[in-house]
Amino acid sequence: MAKGVLVDIPKCIGCESCSVACKLWNELEWDEQEKCKTAADRAKEPNNGLWPEEWTSINRFDLEKDGESVARYVKAQCMHCEDPACVSSCFSKAFQKLPEGPVIYDQSLCVGCRYCMMACPFDILRYEWKKAIPGVRKCQMCATRVANNQETACTSVCPTGAITFGDREELLAEAKKRIKEHGYVDRVFGEKEAGGTSWLYISDTPFEQMRFRTDVTTKPLPSYTEGYMKATPFVGVGWAAILAGLYVYNNKGKEPLD
Amino acid sequence: MELITTVLSKAGAKKSTVKWKFKMTPMRWVFTGIAAAAIAVILVRFVLGLGATTNLNDQWPWGLWISFDVLLGVALAGGGYGTALIVYVLRRDKFYPIARSAMLTSLLGYIVVVLGLLIEVGQWFNFWRPYVSWGHASVLFEVFWCISCYTVIQILEFCEVGTEKVFKGAHKYLKKAMPVMLIIGITLPTLHQSSLGQLFYLMVGKVNPLWWTAFLPVFFLLSSFFVGAGMIVIESTLAGKALNHKVEIPVLRGLVKISAGAMILYLMLKITDMVVRGTFANAFAFDLPSIMFLSELTFGVIIPVIIAFSSLSSTRKGLIWFGILTVSGVVMNRFDVLFTGMGKYLNQYGGSYVPAVSEFIVSLGLVSIACLAYLFLAENFNILGSHGSEHADDIEIKDGKYASTAK
Repeated sequence: MAKGVLVDIPKCIGCESCSVACKLWNELEWDEQEKCKTAADRAKEPNNGLWPEEWTSINRFDLEKDGESVARYVKAQCMHCEDPACVSSCFSKAFQKLPEGPVIYDQSLCVGCRYCMMACPFDILRYEWKKAIPGVRKCQMCATRVANNQETACTSVCPTGAITFGDREELLAEAKKRIKEHGYVDRVFGEKEAGGTSWLYISDTPFEQMRFRTDVTTKPLPSYTEGYMKATPFVGVGWAAILAGLYVYNNKGKEPLD
Repeated sequence: MELITTVLSKAGAKKSTVKWKFKMTPMRWVFTGIAAAAIAVILVRFVLGLGATTNLNDQWPWGLWISFDVLLGVALAGGGYGTALIVYVLRRDKFYPIARSAMLTSLLGYIVVVLGLLIEVGQWFNFWRPYVSWGHASVLFEVFWCISCYTVIQILEFCEVGTEKVFKGAHKYLKKAMPVMLIIGITLPTLHQSSLGQLFYLMVGKVNPLWWTAFLPVFFLLSSFFVGAGMIVIESTLAGKALNHKVEIPVLRGLVKISAGAMILYLMLKITDMVVRGTFANAFAFDLPSIMFLSELTFGVIIPVIIAFSSLSSTRKGLIWFGILTVSGVVMNRFDVLFTGMGKYLNQYGGSYVPAVSEFIVSLGLVSIACLAYLFLAENFNILGSHGSEHADDIEIKDGKYASTAK
């Protein structure tokens, strides 16, 4: 059964244990530029704290709720779409969606065209611009751990239960239960967005105030180009046949051109 | 500069010589200078990476090189397949005099595109992966296969011209293969010109609705077809000056009219598309995208149509204006789809992209290389007319299989 992670935004206290666990498990390098940044800084920068060596980040948003000012911490990483745009956009199959949920990337197949980055509905792909031989970098949802019936590194260390690993279907039901219980915003972000994602978010503050792409399409992105690609071979063969016919017809009884 | 190569065709037989000439003019020195600067930047790019030579970033993974070298390069090279269709398949023999030069421009355009892509992609040494690891759900997969195969086809098509002068033995085989190559060579660009537009259809909600439409492939295909005449006018004017060769006005005018016909179809589809999706409000909002959109259509399509179907197109001046406006319109369109179309979305959280000087140098350098190659080939092969192959003088050389002398 496909796995997923439920993020209960109000439960997050911003301790960033998840980021540390991610770095340790994935052996990501320490990045000088991240040294003095706070969660609030990251929420304001274009990259929202995600860099080639930062696969997940905590972003702090200072919001108003019922007349009181509250802080909300949002964990950012790859959403692991059910039907991912990056997988369908890659012309050399460097991306793959595993049946257990993770969307993984293999640099040895990558040409480096960056069409995946343009196509990603959540703009989370990062490129190693500083390297002579660069690759795309993103959260792999600890694919090797998940394949061995372990949970993801980040969820395994969360002290408050803000991120929970489990079966996506069960988490979705749990999310809806919590929305009712705690009077959250009536939306599970990730249930239908971009055709559904393995990561699901629930919140008591509006998603659009926390850099969520709330107007994203609910149709799976690959469906936008599927028909076109299926029709292409037939159009090609048909058009070539028409051209051949025209060529023969128009050249009948004429001297060939030089 | 003149170079005479002597090739031994049969052991002990007479040697045939071929003359190569290339006269350096001030303009050609300028091209050479830009090309040299570009090659220097390209070397830096391969050693230090894209970050050191471009302003690309995670918000703008595609920039000038993709839009100029690839999107635009392919579109402006559209004159090749269009001419092949009109001349060889539909047999409008009137246009034969421009066929070879249009197809040569197209070939050089594609070589620029392929070189540009190799520089642009991160892992250029992996360029062959899509041949074996089929990501066939990707529109880019189709673009990749079509562009690479079409470039090979175009090289073979040029070999048919080239073998009039060198390796003459292969000429008759290439000539026999021409019909097949021509038909494949029209089918492939029809497919990938439209697919370049379809690439952007995956970026749902990111591209301004003025450009993001299900008609994208049709618009890209039609505009690559009608820009062909504009390119041929400009190219024949420039080459006419440089090489002292002019194409007759009725030939160009005929082409311009065919192109204007395609423009009218394009315009009608644009209007239909706007009606269907209700984007009239966006088009007349008079913000930056709307102004770009309207000027693209007015200067790049409507005015050229008026020129084409009025007496203006019977003068060289009118034709040149048609060329300049049409080409500028398509240039604007391709830049608009990426920069104007996606700017608002990609910059929403403070992202920004202005091409670096080094990016401009590489783009200009690639064009300069293409111009130099065109001039060399047009001067040394039968491209611009005066049909029939050039006969090289036969001279005898006593020994040595190969000799060359430079003057």
